[in-house]
Amino acid sequence: MVTEDSTMNDPRPRLAAGIRPAPDEPAQPYVRAEGVTRKFGEVAAVDDVTLEIYRGEVFCLLGGSGCGKTTLLRILAGLEPATTGRVLIDGEDVTGTPPFRRPVNMMFQSYALFPHLSVRNNVAFGLRQDGLPSRQINRRVASMLELVKLGPFARRKPHQLSGGQRQRVALARALVKQPKLLLLDEPLGALDRQLREEMQFELINIQQTLGITFVVVTHDQEEAMTLSSRIGVMHAGRIVQTGTPTQIYEYPRSRFVAQFVGSVNLFEGRVEERAPDHVLIASEKAGCTLAVEHVAQVAVGAPVAVAVRPEKLVMAHEPPGHEYNHIPAIVDEVAYRGGLSIYKLRIATGHTLHLTQPNRDRATVQRPAAHDAVFVSWHPASGVVLDS
Amino acid sequence: MRTGRSAFVMVAMALCLAFLYLPIVSLVVYSFNASKLVTVWGGFSARWYGELLRDAQILRAAWLSLRIAVVTATAAVVLGTLAGVALARMGRFRGRILFSGMTSAPLVMPEVITGLSLLLLFVALEDLIGWPRGRGVTTITIAHITFSMAYVAVVIQAQLANLDPSLEEAALDLGARPAKVFLVITVPVIAPALVSGWLLSFTLSLDDLIIASFVAGPGSSTLPMVVFSKVRLGVSPEINALATLFVVVVSIGVIAAGALTSRAQRRRSRDAQGAIAPPFG
Repeated sequence: MVTEDSTMNDPRPRLAAGIRPAPDEPAQPYVRAEGVTRKFGEVAAVDDVTLEIYRGEVFCLLGGSGCGKTTLLRILAGLEPATTGRVLIDGEDVTGTPPFRRPVNMMFQSYALFPHLSVRNNVAFGLRQDGLPSRQINRRVASMLELVKLGPFARRKPHQLSGGQRQRVALARALVKQPKLLLLDEPLGALDRQLREEMQFELINIQQTLGITFVVVTHDQEEAMTLSSRIGVMHAGRIVQTGTPTQIYEYPRSRFVAQFVGSVNLFEGRVEERAPDHVLIASEKAGCTLAVEHVAQVAVGAPVAVAVRPEKLVMAHEPPGHEYNHIPAIVDEVAYRGGLSIYKLRIATGHTLHLTQPNRDRATVQRPAAHDAVFVSWHPASGVVLDS
Repeated sequence: MRTGRSAFVMVAMALCLAFLYLPIVSLVVYSFNASKLVTVWGGFSARWYGELLRDAQILRAAWLSLRIAVVTATAAVVLGTLAGVALARMGRFRGRILFSGMTSAPLVMPEVITGLSLLLLFVALEDLIGWPRGRGVTTITIAHITFSMAYVAVVIQAQLANLDPSLEEAALDLGARPAKVFLVITVPVIAPALVSGWLLSFTLSLDDLIIASFVAGPGSSTLPMVVFSKVRLGVSPEINALATLFVVVVSIGVIAAGALTSRAQRRRSRDAQGAIAPPFG
């Protein structure tokens, strides 16, 4: 078994890191799912999920289609019953509470705006159900529309709005009741790329302004990394790893997570030697001995896999000075992406490595081209040891 | 070649329209005929419309038909909506296919059989529980509701099948109870289908001759029944005038129903654009 160092610093400069609420770790979890399972016939869409979400967090459920992330979200909303397990929100067991009595609101993937109601009445709908005095409703709707910059569109019907505007109406409608928990199902999925990036920032700002706890479902790993304080990676109905974006990306705990979040080069091998600060792994696939730092609890002789991210590989025309982690290779293909280039390298054992390299200088430096012979290497701290 | 084909299309369309509408046009034209002889043109006159307004029997029958049609349409919309909601929303309950088939059976059942079976039922019911007493307005209305409701159920079911289920879930999520969700979200959203179902039922009830003939009693002749019995004694120009009015009323109903449906469809497709996420692989 492999564990990561949980007290590590976060070296990666993160988007909006300054305004992100830190999860209040020692505090009581605000939302708890305990052993939640949802079966459709014999198939478990959500399989024994236990989850703790803290107040003020943006928690992302990340997974491919059919991994059960939306079903889990619907269980939190009360729209789907849990076959077994409990859901607690702010210390209160809401497992049997119908959706219209839960202190939870949801933003739907299709937005589900009421087509016969104006923007203002869509947003006011939830407050009207609570029987608030109309002056208070008007005030809260107006300030919410102000927050999502839809003030001038209050009288329009949903079909008179653009996709981005509808998305903001859906957000305002779900936020206006100031729920204890806001659930967002692929909130930016229907927007085009540029708008999506813009809305990611706006969503974080709004979340920060109101301090509402968010649970976001997404299949888009970049979106999950940008938005969330923590990510739960889901696969086949289970949460396979929970952690900050850095933990998930830099210290994946399984091959699935390593491959699902970002791309990765994997070298299967056996542990050859254990030192206090590193292990040596003999890998037939790599054709050399690999050194990995910061590894706990691996037995000598155990079958493992070493994962190295493509951007952590370094490529040179000369062999590097150090003993481990360097493999001679031939450049197979180069894909120029502007800011960075993606290289496909063939090594002596016949396997292919992926390497990305930022194009820091304009073609003044001779970059490796197809058919060039190069040496690939990486720092021992860059690899991660996974169960084989 | 292109002009040849378009000429062909034009001719085909003209023939079709002539085939469909010439009888109605001639009826409308002859309703303004001054002559008492139906087939001889005697100059323009609106006198048969005047005669019509003085014919107490026809006026009574028209008023009766109108009342029956309004009650029928209203009741059929309520019952048909319930059936449509059950069909569209209850998922796979036991006997769903049977229920669905049974709901739409009256659409294909020959009217003679529907009429006869209803007559037998009413007679048996009167023997057993003493209601409905005799045949008349009540039995005609019940019979009309029976078959119009099936049409409404089909229309509503189709509309509900197109409805995004998250609309109702969103309303639940925002704190509305299920009954309220139905009243303030589902009903307004499917309102065009409700209106066109009402108009359809209204027209079906107003038109019906055969079923009404089975279940009608003395003194409860509907307009189609009166017209039919009058025509058997010879067509009077007065009937032409009546038929013209009928065509006008029915056309307005059909056009309104069609316009509502297509407007709702346009709005739906507009709503769908940009609101529904593209499918992800």
